[in-house]
Amino acid sequence: MRRASVVSLACVALLLASCAAPPSRDYQPDALALMKRDFQAKGSAGMDRLNEDSVQAACNKFQDDPPQEVADKLQKEQFSAIKWPADGKLLGDWKAGERIAQNGQGMAWNDKGGVGGSCYNCHQVGPRESSFGTVGPSLYQFAKKRGYGADIQRYAYGKIYNAKAYNLCSQMPRFGHVRALTEQQMKDLTALLMDPASPVNQ
Amino acid sequence: MKQALVLGIVAAVAAAPWLPAAAQTPDPTAAEFDKFREIMEQDNPAELFEVKGEELWRARRGPKNASLEQCDLGLGPGVVKGAYAQLPRYFADIDRVMDAEARIVHCMMTLQGFKYEELAKQPFSSLTRTPEPVSLVTYVAAQSRGMKIASPQNHPRERDAYETGKAIFHYRAGAFDFSCASCHGADDKRIRTQPLPNFTKPEQAVRAVQGWPGYRMTGGVMHSLQWRMNDCYRQQRFPEPGYASETLSALLTYLTVNANGHVYRGPGIKR
Repeated sequence: MRRASVVSLACVALLLASCAAPPSRDYQPDALALMKRDFQAKGSAGMDRLNEDSVQAACNKFQDDPPQEVADKLQKEQFSAIKWPADGKLLGDWKAGERIAQNGQGMAWNDKGGVGGSCYNCHQVGPRESSFGTVGPSLYQFAKKRGYGADIQRYAYGKIYNAKAYNLCSQMPRFGHVRALTEQQMKDLTALLMDPASPVNQ
Repeated sequence: MKQALVLGIVAAVAAAPWLPAAAQTPDPTAAEFDKFREIMEQDNPAELFEVKGEELWRARRGPKNASLEQCDLGLGPGVVKGAYAQLPRYFADIDRVMDAEARIVHCMMTLQGFKYEELAKQPFSSLTRTPEPVSLVTYVAAQSRGMKIASPQNHPRERDAYETGKAIFHYRAGAFDFSCASCHGADDKRIRTQPLPNFTKPEQAVRAVQGWPGYRMTGGVMHSLQWRMNDCYRQQRFPEPGYASETLSALLTYLTVNANGHVYRGPGIKR
């Protein structure tokens, strides 16, 4: 009795729902079975989107904190699947890049055709746009701070292509890997971050 | 007893560091909107839907020409007062945990003879049409105004629903690798200028319950939590969750139980 009141008082103080006895098992199989029964394909969003790929499976299994060896192996796989531009040029037009960064459309069930980068949803990018999100770090002065060299260009392009090649459970989508953005769009976004004339680097 | 008190204080102190962080969101846009909302809530258009919902609740309708007055929302047939604040909960008659709208739909089917397919066809509000379950859930929610949120965790199926909902909340998949937690799993984040509550923390989880159902100024329509969950999954780039489905009841159980203990202020206003 006394023990029970100790536990319950601690629960009240913490206001933690999880005080109600720790889960006795892994509920993800239940969750997935329920979702597969209850969801339906709509527009471009098919039921296959409920299936995990290797990266999603590892991040789900380890709550976004996988052991180093798991992360290393999968990041290497993801990195080797990056398709670099055949012409070797990573910088497109930063003005086009700004429009792509502003565009939050794409891949949702009601979206038709074109896909944007949704960059401002989560990042500060150019200095003139005050409506930016904070889920990701600020990209303002991206190259001014890091340098304009070929290695940083390659990092920027690669990160846009597949953020999971660098940080396995990053919250950022894999825009190139899932064919959301075209090579030209990713070049334009890389220019937005890397071009010395881009407002990002002023 | 003394030991209990000490433990309680230790727990409270341990919990304290994140409390100020959650309270202080230095976001002028959000602060301005909160002021605007306070003014608007004094004369909330949601009340129109509340009145409409009450009419619908009492009217004899459907193939069985019956009212919903015998609907059991968890506190016994016909008891509406306080029922919303204690949902989602387990219902033995259908052996399932149900959220408020799922239960209302269930009552419309069993008592009035409506078909699920008809109710699920266009379940969300537009400028020209507010579906009946939306008005009904607004009426039912208003009868819990000022009451403490207390979604029960007594039945094993209620605890299962919480854990399943938690797993659904954290499940990353789809074209952009998103889960609910991608946006709602960390403190002090925004999408563009929209602040994102961290639903894994009790103090912020209440924002998943508070203000819903809500009159949304974007579009000028009344929306329920069923719509909110649906639109989140759209933005998550997932396929579409079934209307009033068990998946959404489980997810709402996770969100609501995390918010237990807070006072529900009734149907609200959303931007």
